[in-house]
Amino acid sequence: MNRSRTRLITALSSAAALLATAGCGAADMTKQASPFAAPAGVRTVTLSVQSWVGAQANVAVAEQLLKEELGYRVDLVQTDEVPAWDALSQGRVDAILEDWGHPDQEKLYIDEKKTIVRGGDLGVTGHIGWYVPKYWADKNPDVTDWKNLDKYADELKTAESGGKGQLMDGSPSYVTNDVALVKNLDLDYKVVFAGSEAAQITQIQQFAKEKKPFLSYWYQPQWLFNEVPMVEVELPEYTDECAAKDPADIDCAYPTTPLQKFLNADFAERGGDASAFLKKFHWSEKDQNEVSEMIASQKLTPQEAAKRWIERHPDVWKTWLPEG
Amino acid sequence: MATAQATPARPATAGGRRGPLAALRDRPAAAKLLLLALVAAVVVPVVHGRWGGGIWPEALTADLSAPLGEVTDWIVSNRDSHPLFLYFFGHISNAVVLSVRGVYLVLLALGWAGVTVFAAAVAWRVAGVRLALTAGVSFLLCGLLGMWVPTMQTLALMVVAVLASVVLGLLLGLAAGLSDRVFRILRPVLDTMQVLPAFAYLLPVVLVFGIGVPGAVLATVVYAAPPMARLTALGLRGADGGVMEAVTSLGATGRQRLLSARLPLARKELLLGLNQTIMMALSMAVIASVIGAGGLGDRVYQALSSVDVGAALAAGIPIVLLAVVLDRTTEAAGRRIGAEPTGPALLRGWRGWSLAAAATAAVAGAGRAADGQVWPDDLTVAIAGPVNTAKDWMVDHLYTGVPVVGGTADLASHFTSGVLNPLRSGLTALPWWSVLLIVAALAWTIGTWRTAATAVLAMAAIGVLGVWEPSMDTLSQVLAAVAVTLVIGFGVAVGAARSERLERLLRPILDVFQTMPQFVYLIPVVALFGVGRAPAAAAAVVYALPAVIRITTQGLRGVDPAAMECARSLGATPGQQLRQVQIPLARPSLLLAVNQAVVLVLAVVIIGGLVGSGALGYEVVLGLAQGDLATGLVAGAAIVCLGLMLDRVTQPTTRRQRQES
Repeated sequence: MNRSRTRLITALSSAAALLATAGCGAADMTKQASPFAAPAGVRTVTLSVQSWVGAQANVAVAEQLLKEELGYRVDLVQTDEVPAWDALSQGRVDAILEDWGHPDQEKLYIDEKKTIVRGGDLGVTGHIGWYVPKYWADKNPDVTDWKNLDKYADELKTAESGGKGQLMDGSPSYVTNDVALVKNLDLDYKVVFAGSEAAQITQIQQFAKEKKPFLSYWYQPQWLFNEVPMVEVELPEYTDECAAKDPADIDCAYPTTPLQKFLNADFAERGGDASAFLKKFHWSEKDQNEVSEMIASQKLTPQEAAKRWIERHPDVWKTWLPEG
Repeated sequence: MATAQATPARPATAGGRRGPLAALRDRPAAAKLLLLALVAAVVVPVVHGRWGGGIWPEALTADLSAPLGEVTDWIVSNRDSHPLFLYFFGHISNAVVLSVRGVYLVLLALGWAGVTVFAAAVAWRVAGVRLALTAGVSFLLCGLLGMWVPTMQTLALMVVAVLASVVLGLLLGLAAGLSDRVFRILRPVLDTMQVLPAFAYLLPVVLVFGIGVPGAVLATVVYAAPPMARLTALGLRGADGGVMEAVTSLGATGRQRLLSARLPLARKELLLGLNQTIMMALSMAVIASVIGAGGLGDRVYQALSSVDVGAALAAGIPIVLLAVVLDRTTEAAGRRIGAEPTGPALLRGWRGWSLAAAATAAVAGAGRAADGQVWPDDLTVAIAGPVNTAKDWMVDHLYTGVPVVGGTADLASHFTSGVLNPLRSGLTALPWWSVLLIVAALAWTIGTWRTAATAVLAMAAIGVLGVWEPSMDTLSQVLAAVAVTLVIGFGVAVGAARSERLERLLRPILDVFQTMPQFVYLIPVVALFGVGRAPAAAAAVVYALPAVIRITTQGLRGVDPAAMECARSLGATPGQQLRQVQIPLARPSLLLAVNQAVVLVLAVVIIGGLVGSGALGYEVVLGLAQGDLATGLVAGAAIVCLGLMLDRVTQPTTRRQRQES
């Protein structure tokens, strides 16, 4: 018994010593690629994909061009927006191609830690708002002004909204002030979170099929508009003073945002052709929607959709390639 | 319920007083309730006067958002520089990435033919020809579905996570198996780890390791190691006393006793532990896709975001196949332990193994030569299109306007306003102290005072965390879904227990539902039931049903045939047999089924946060999405407490009996 205990202690201490010597070097948490990245010697780019289809369209086209035209291997990582910033600063991903505005993160990572740099405009302008289906707005034109919304609260009641009208929101990761807006504008509505964009889209499609009225948080550009035409409800006008308020006090519409690209600082400097290409990547809403719709309505894979768009629009993407 | 639970009446002690006290002693459950009522009569007026009724009082909460926010900020600003990260977490993270990468590269180097032959060969060696065939066909199907590379990624991740879980589990299990004190300390810890819904783990690991594979692997290990530890300890402690005596008398040292007697004797438990660990790791590997684990889970998750059920299914099927192959193979291996080897001598022992290795090497080499490492693109079957068409048809025809019953949309809305809403308002309207009392009463009558204390403390912790209302909301969803699950589950089980054919027919269906990742259900249920709590409940019912049906069928089947024969000979109708013989005798199984239903339903109701079930699930999603540790972690802790409470309240009496004996 005694002998085995001393042996155990010897074994443990030698193991500890081994660990200590092996663990002497510092491990850099900022330099970690995915284990599924290509073997050494292959140039790899890792892109972050967000959950909405527009972001998938950007990424698919960039992926295809990086592969075919520039000879890179491309890895995709699916994440929510805020974790994606975190991953970008750590170098787990090299670029975010479509960001809808995250002032806190911009301040922390770009201004203070300098681990992320701006990659310029994507070329697409984003706008968030409240939308009602066109078939309903045509019958009730005054519904498009927020002041009249209370009149329609009864029609928008659902089992989930507890006696009030239902304002449907989507994924918790999206930028939203809707709870504050409903409260500050004193509306007879309840915000019901669908929990994910997929759930929200499915529900909107269901409503549309039956021509039922609904009121939903939604955004442009979005392919679903082609399938279910929607009209925006006018909220109190957006002003800079209003936007500067505490999030709980906001009582005006959402801004119109030119969507931004962001790159990992290290990658931006040493990323060679890939980073030059991603900085130049710039297309229009029409282009993006064309790809998005192929993905979402026609159920093509993002790769297939990107290939078709690339075949049709060489004039657009040729300008993104680095010279020479 | 409570009184029937009581142990059979003991003979009154000699010279004992006859009277109400003796009667109470014969019915411990009633005695417990009476005692509880007495305590309540004294304490409640004081508590009520001090803090009032209704929802949990503000004065008794502790706001953790500020300190948790500080922790987040500290981690984010120190992650790249603090020694704790540089010298500890960083190395763990690197080790995980390196090992997963190593396995992945080996799998890719073997090529699809090599991997398939290797899987078949291993299955053949440990489990026989039939499973070898199953394994081979399953891997080929993964390739046919166009999912070869994601399958290999998931497999690489699984190999590393399962190995780490097994090592960790073995170490913990060894310690608990050899020392009583460690066993006592470890048991509640393992209990707790097993009732935790996996979704609640993700946020802390993301914060430390960032998104990606390291965090995913570590979360998986935390989730999958407990069964291994538990079964190892069980196996070691259960070693035959006679054998141990004999080995000791032969003068074996402690280590010799362990290596030559205890561990070999515990082989069956060890293999069962491995089996459980693999299954849990696989279910977690999918959930971990939310934090960027890649592989098949990621494909399912991405398909979800474009509302593509077909694509989700195409990625879900390989997961089911992997689960079936791994489950059956390890299970068969466990069954064959100790059995006489069969087949010609050439194929036994090390010769068989080297033959398997040679076959793998030959096929992998041939594959390399033919440049066939990655599954050929033109050899895939696209199932997404037809599946989506089928789904659309279903939705078109079932959503509204079905004669008599109404469409699924109406059903969902009736369920929400008729069951979920009243249940939720009822629970939130109950005074908080009465909820604690109910929990105490339930847990105490069915378990020991310890289980009751754990349950009450867990419930109180929810209040202290300041999430009483959303927790009651989640609880109402769990209760409603469990009720539906039990009604359907018991109904089907009674049928299956009667008819072998029905049971055989059900088995593959149950297998699929049990191993299919929960994410795959989410979109079809939204399409059928709309957004909200109803679809989450529906998904939970689908997920929990197989376990309930299985356990109940087995319980009803296992009833002593003599008792059944006796009832039949007395002229009992099938209904009477069921009510008066089978159900009372199968009581432990039924309680276990209830317990499993509760735990499984809770896990899915939480994921239902992704389709609008709100409450705690939504807050965890919100925490993950916004990197908001305060919200996410508090909600996660509340889920854990809720799970613990529900588990204790429905814990079958086996534990108490074990303690008493």
